[in-house]
Amino acid sequence: MSSMKHCLYWQGEFMLTLQFIPFTEIESLSSDERIEKLLSIVRENKIALVEGTLHKEESAALIKKTMENINQEFRGIEFAVIYPEQNDDAMFKRLRLKLINVLLGNRRGLTIIGPASVVKEIKQDPHKIDLYTTSHEQKSRKVLKQKHNSSSKR
Amino acid sequence: MLQIIKRFVHKIFRDIFRTRKVLKVGFYGPPNGGKTTLANRICKDWLGEEMGSVSNVAHETREITIKENVSIRSQGKELIFNFVDTPGIATKIDYEDFLKHGFTVRDAKERAKEATKGVIDSITWLDTMDVVLVVLDATINPYSQVNITIIGNLQAREIPVLIVANKIDLKRADVNKIKAAFPQYDVVGISAKHGNNVDEFYEALFVLAG
Ligand SMILES: Nc1nc2c(ncn2[C@@H]2O[C@H](COP(=O)(O)OP(=O)(O)OP(=O)(O)O)[C@@H](O)[C@H]2O)c(=O)[nH]1
Ligand SMILES: [Mg+2]
Repeated sequence: MSSMKHCLYWQGEFMLTLQFIPFTEIESLSSDERIEKLLSIVRENKIALVEGTLHKEESAALIKKTMENINQEFRGIEFAVIYPEQNDDAMFKRLRLKLINVLLGNRRGLTIIGPASVVKEIKQDPHKIDLYTTSHEQKSRKVLKQKHNSSSKR
Repeated sequence: MLQIIKRFVHKIFRDIFRTRKVLKVGFYGPPNGGKTTLANRICKDWLGEEMGSVSNVAHETREITIKENVSIRSQGKELIFNFVDTPGIATKIDYEDFLKHGFTVRDAKERAKEATKGVIDSITWLDTMDVVLVVLDATINPYSQVNITIIGNLQAREIPVLIVANKIDLKRADVNKIKAAFPQYDVVGISAKHGNNVDEFYEALFVLAG
């Protein structure tokens, strides 16, 4: 299955390319291959929007691999992982969540990885992330808000 | 008779080994949190010498630094530590940030290169720690992917963690925000620079290590 690409024009100022990576596309890859794939997208100056979450070890490996790749063009990444309903403390909800996680593994949630040259900052809390980008031409700051609604109703 | 002597010798050896057990304590966190400042304060208190240089420029520490056999007494107990100060972990390093601090282009690029290696070393060494102090600047939003990654990996490896909410001398410091972000962990608020609450920090360290 090939991934979808989305281009966003933000107030006509500059172009931001989002590449959506469905879980099925990284599911069968090894951790190394998965990280390599995501980094190759980011190094093309695109923001990777990944269905599912990385393992803890993969997040650490992603940082390592990013460091190995840094040069004058590529200055690193910003990334965020959203785990839906993670902070829900209702007992039965947690149990249900455990069950879902057993069934679906790390398919749930969302991972966003962007090149540091485009994504200036990601502000996050468990339910919401704010992604700040910078226009190459004007160096002005704009905010692109992403709300995760499944867990905001508590 | 021989059996008894054997057992006795064995016991002595075991006791010596136990009292000599040295705990390897890692200082981890994003750049500029105050890892080296805290390590310096501890080493100065108990060894009379500092550990490394401190700077407001991120990535001041770019190599792992170790101080061995630091013996600390707290509440009538004595423990021996090997302290490991690590380079701050980041997901991006821009050599131009060093230019802003007055470095030449060549030095800035060199620093950036060293900093990337430092981050890799920090992550590689994580596995080898007995205990980790995650040092965070309490004036900064703690909910970052770097912090989550560090703490998540420590949890996965079952390495005990103490979160140090540093810089509580600053008005904007918010220790409760750090507690809220990592509710399963012990958080102790201190000022490594000015020494606020350091006794409580030692107590927490001993609880973690003991
Ligand atoms: N106000 C205040 N400043 C502090 C405190 N602790 C450290 N600093 C300052 O924060 C800056 C960074 O301190 P470092 O100890 O170099 O931080 P680090 O975590 O070792 O940073 P890297 O080596 O770059 O990873 C320096 O300017 C310190 O003086 C504190 O408790 N209060
Ligand atoms: Mg340091």
